[in-house]
Parts: sequence; C-alpha cells; structure tokens
Amino acid sequence: MSSSTDTIDKLVKNEYKYGWTTEIESETLDAGLNEDVVRFISAKKNEPEFMLEWRLRAFRHWEKMAEPKWPHVHYPPIDFQAISYYSAPKKKEGPKSLDEVDPKLLETYEKLGIPLEEQKMLAGVAVDAVFDSVSVATTFKETLQKAGVVFCPISEAVHSHPELVEKYIGSVVPYTDNFYAALNSAVFSDGSFVWIPKGTRCPMELSTYFRINARNTGQFERTLIICEEGSYVSYLEGCTAPMRDENQLHAAVVELVAHTDAEIKYSTVQNWYPGDEEGRGGIYNFVTKRGLCKGPRSKISWTQVETGSAITWKYPSVILQGDDSIGEFYSVAVTNLKQQADTGTKMVHIGKNTRSTIVSKGISAGRGQNSYRGLVQIHKNATNARNFSQCDSMLIGDQCGAHTFPYIELKNSSAKVEHEATTSKIGEDQIFYCNQRGIETQDAVNMIVNGYCKEVFQQLPMEFAVEAQKLLNVSLEGSVG
Amino acid sequence: MLEIKNLVAGVEDNQILNGIDLKINPGEVHAIMGPNGSGKSTLAQVLAGRDGYEVHEGEVLFDGKDLLDLAPEERAGEGLFLAFQYPVEIPGVNTTYFLKSAVNAVRKYRGLPELDSTEFLKLVREKMKILELPQSFLKRPVNEGFSGGEKKRNEIFQMAMLEPKLAVLDETDSGLDIDALKAVAEGVNRLRSPDRSQLVITHYQRLLDYIVPDFVHVLYKGKIIHTGGKELALELEERGYDWIIKEHNEPVTA
Repeated sequence: MSSSTDTIDKLVKNEYKYGWTTEIESETLDAGLNEDVVRFISAKKNEPEFMLEWRLRAFRHWEKMAEPKWPHVHYPPIDFQAISYYSAPKKKEGPKSLDEVDPKLLETYEKLGIPLEEQKMLAGVAVDAVFDSVSVATTFKETLQKAGVVFCPISEAVHSHPELVEKYIGSVVPYTDNFYAALNSAVFSDGSFVWIPKGTRCPMELSTYFRINARNTGQFERTLIICEEGSYVSYLEGCTAPMRDENQLHAAVVELVAHTDAEIKYSTVQNWYPGDEEGRGGIYNFVTKRGLCKGPRSKISWTQVETGSAITWKYPSVILQGDDSIGEFYSVAVTNLKQQADTGTKMVHIGKNTRSTIVSKGISAGRGQNSYRGLVQIHKNATNARNFSQCDSMLIGDQCGAHTFPYIELKNSSAKVEHEATTSKIGEDQIFYCNQRGIETQDAVNMIVNGYCKEVFQQLPMEFAVEAQKLLNVSLEGSVG
Repeated sequence: MLEIKNLVAGVEDNQILNGIDLKINPGEVHAIMGPNGSGKSTLAQVLAGRDGYEVHEGEVLFDGKDLLDLAPEERAGEGLFLAFQYPVEIPGVNTTYFLKSAVNAVRKYRGLPELDSTEFLKLVREKMKILELPQSFLKRPVNEGFSGGEKKRNEIFQMAMLEPKLAVLDETDSGLDIDALKAVAEGVNRLRSPDRSQLVITHYQRLLDYIVPDFVHVLYKGKIIHTGGKELALELEERGYDWIIKEHNEPVTA
C-alpha cells in the first residue's frame, strides 16, 4: 500500500485526558531509604512487631539485590534515594462516612467519572478507594460483613486479622522473589486485603481505585486476597493518574491464594499517566502479581487492560499446585506515544491435570514498544497438563514495535502445550473500507481495535468491559478532523 | 448524477488517469472495460477518495457537488458506494454491528434519525431476502473466513443496506465461479432503479451477460478511447482490444 500514514499519525497523537493535580495537604517523608524509613512507615501504621520484622528482613535483602535488566525496556537509572517512601493525605481521624472525606478528594473522583456515591447505588460495587497511600473510604462493609467477607485496607487487616496476614503475606510472592517485590515488602504503603470464608460466594464484585497524586512519591500497593475452600470472589482494580513532570515509580505486589475448589477472578483496567510524546513524566509500573492455586480444582483468572504507564513491567502469573487447577491470563496491552511495555504471564504447572490459557493482545501505536514475555512451565509431576497460548500483536503506524518472547519448559512428556502467534498491521485499507461505508476514521479505528480485543473484553465483568472499551478508545483518540 | 471532466490522477509520481470524461445519468448502468493496467481500478479508488491517490487536474461533480472536495465517509454519505475488488476482513467485529454503524453513520450524514435495533433488524431481514443470504452471515465477523463468493455477496448486501445513488462495482466478478457470479449479478439487478446508477468495472465480458449495461466504455492508458452500447462488450470479447487501440493510435484522418 503506497498511501501515506497521515491519518494514522494524527490518530496516535493524543493527550492524556486525566491530567491534573488535586491540592490536598499531604504528609510527606523526605526522600531516601534506610532502616529508619522502614521503621517510620511501620510505626506510622502502628504495626505489630511481626510486620516490622518482615519489612526489615525484606529491606536488608533488597539492599543486596540489583535491578533486573532483562526486560525489553529502556529508561534512565532510577535513584532510589531520591524517592520519598511515605505520603498520606492529612486527616484527623479515619472517616466514618463519605461526609468526612475531604471534599476535594471526592471532587477528584468525580472528575474521573467514578463518584463514590453513584458507584455505591448504581453499580452495587463496594469501593475501597486508595488515594495516595492511605485508604480513605470503604463502603458496603456491612453487606460484606454479613457474608463473613473481610474487605479492608491491608493496614487495617494487620490489626484486625494479624494471624491471616502473618500467614499469607509473602507466601506467594516472597520478598526474595525480585528487586521490586523486595522493595515493596520493605516499604509498602497500603492496599487491599480480602478474605472469603469457606463455601462463600462474595455477594458483590470488589473494587479498588488507585490514584497517585503526591509529587515524586513512590506508590507501593500491597494486595492480598485469600479464598478459602469452595469460595469465590471477583475483584476489580482500576486506576488513572494525573499529569506529572517527574517519573513516578509504582511497584505493587498482588498475592492471591485459592484453596480447594475456590475461584478468584482478578480484573484490572490500568491507565497510569503514560508520559508526554517523549515519554517524559510517565509512571514506571513495575508490578509483581501472582496467584497460587493451592488446592485441587481451584481456579485463578487474571484479566488486564493496560493502556497507561511510561514503562510497564508486569507478569500476572499462576502457580498451579493443586491437581485439576486452572489458570487463565487475558490481556490487552496498549503502547502509544513513547510507552514501553514488557508484559505477559507465567503459568507454572505443578499438579496433575492442570490447565492454563493465555490470550494476549498487544497494540502498538506511535513510537510504542510492546513486548509479550511468557513462560509455560510443566513440572515433572504435572501429568496431563495443558496449556494454550495465543499472542497477537497489532501495529498502528510504522514507528512502533511488537516483540514476542515465549518460553516453554517441559519436564513431563504427557503435557500438551499449544502456542499461536500473529502480528497484524491495522490497515489503511481497513480504515478506508469503513470510511467508504460512511464510518468516520476515529470510529473505524475504535471498531477495529475493539474487535481485535474482543476475546479479552468478554472476560471482564459487564460494567468494567464498557469502561475498558471507552478507555481504549480514549487512549487511541487523535485529532481527526 | 455523476460528471467526470478531464480527470488526471495517479499515485505519487505515477500518472495513471490521463484525462477522463464521463457522464452518468440517473438510472443508467455504465460498464468500464479495458486491458490490465489501463486505470480501471484507479478510477474507482479516486472516486471513493482513497488516501494516496492524487488528482492533478479535472473535476468530478456528484449531484452537482464537488466530489473530490469531500472525505471518503462524506462521499458515502452523499450516496456513493464502492463494492471492493478485495473486501478487507475486520476480525472480531460482527457483521451486524458493522452494518448498523455504517447505516446509521450514513443516515446521520443525510440528516435522518438513526435506526434503533428493531428498525435496523427489520431492514436487514428485508434486504437479506432480496439477496437470499443465510442468517448466519450477520453473526460472523466482517468478511473473516468468508469465501471469495461470500465476500462479494457481502459487498452487494452492504450496497442494498446503504441504498446508494451511485454504486461502483470494482471487478466484482473476479474470483467468482459462474454460480456465485449469477447470484451476485442477480442481487445487483434487483437493486436497479430509475434513480440509481451503476458503474461496473470489469475485465471480462461475462459479467455483462448478467448485468446488462446501457453504455460500455473502453479505457486504455488512462483515457476512454471508445464508447458503445451493450453490444460493444460482445465485440470486445470476440475481437479483443487491439482493434480499438489501433483505431485510437491511427486516427481515421491519417
């Protein structure tokens, strides 16, 4: 095709729509990291001794570690001593209701189109809103309490359910796992804690909205979800972040534990600030997410729609330990502007008859670089393990890149592993075809991209799928006249 | 309806159309024939407004409006339809959704209210009957996994849905066996009406056995060098293009 790429150039140049900063007095710690900082954070949260000890062990381990260099991403070295490791909105006492929440904060949520009030009434979703490092509002507690479900900030759980936290924290992602997991373990700010009792189906979808807002403050979320035997939960995580000048580090850890016959569905729509056209000011998103299918017939399913961040480094994984357990990974990752993403999954088959599915859809536009990195590991005893992987890449324009790094390690010959991969270019011819039928270019691109991502969107809860679709449209929106 | 005046156009530095003049009145069916590389498909692309094709001279009036000044989707809105030689696949987008977007985009352009799902499905059923298409068509992604014949029938189905004033059929017969060809031609014929025109671009005469044109034009090196009635197509089939080209190169006066 000899046609020019003007249309596409226009399309991929768009600006982040959620850029602003809310002025809220925050209590910020000076930049730098040492044992005292770890002690300060722990003391601030009035943590029990075991928590402090664990943090300190993690910190000492982290000091001996080096940043991973293997991801296919490039960025200037991070000065970990130039980052402030604690920031919390100032407050007198924990708010008991929305009335007590800083109105400016609520306004911020309004701008994002996620008013808590409306969320509560319309969506039937319980929202545990994390604003910077401290949870400020938790809703629907009563309904959940009735079901025996625990859904609270992890900072609260260390007090209310210390035995559970002590037992499970670091049990799926130990602090020795990797550089960022160690860092997170030492300084984690807050995050969500979920515990579903035996035989319980969580009565609603659980949701958390994250938002980075204090200047130059690393965010270190830590989420822990435990599903006891025969229980089920669907957890939704979504976020947008305001426009910034300096790069912001985000190193979260999410741990999921599914016991016998339990099922955890974890869905993410991620829209951190991607930086400007040169990638300046975007979020560095270095996340460790892992689920453990501990008991037989348990199931863990990750679904993610990633449109933001300057750099994404993220591999939501499943360890299939229980026999007949199931792991799933459905992903849409968009890189536009100068974004870089190295993302994928690990499926570790340990138990017999374990099954995993990987569906990854990468979209590269602008000068974005999108890499899929996946590992399917079949252990010696994983008789009849199955995996199906499908990795598709779509290119929009001619300055972006797509890369695929699939790894397969087989130690049991009864395993069946399938891998399919495609790379396609969103064609001027597809767009022209739609134009010729009267459909405008932007609508055409949205239609084509959404069609391409359909398999993943189908995995998302309904209202979240709509949101994801919108986000995708916004991410690829351009100045088409 | 359509008036092309001295159209000179091409791709980048390569000039392909060298001054085309053509007038199509409402209700007329015109066929454009010509040897490979004569510029037949270029003409279709230029009319539809494909990016990358540059018009150097001339003008095209569509119902009195300057067609070349409009974006491709506006041309569609005005009632120009191109049945593609190679319809593209759009994976994951189901045909119904695609069609509804197209129909409503065109309606919006024409200042008509958008159709709701019920009205839209009623229209679909009506048009499907004309073309004898199976219901399963609608649920499949646009052209994905379609056979050559299905793709072309889908083009004609879209044409029926969008009710264009002028339909340009670009080598609609290519890659079709005789049964598929008949089915497609029949669909096209049913859409014929006194206020709709068709411009049929083809390399072979056989399509014109089924879609009978009012006029046949011979395109050669980017110019229409001969025009005749429907019998010209038969003559071309029999004698080829050489005699016309010769006549064109050696004017009678010489």
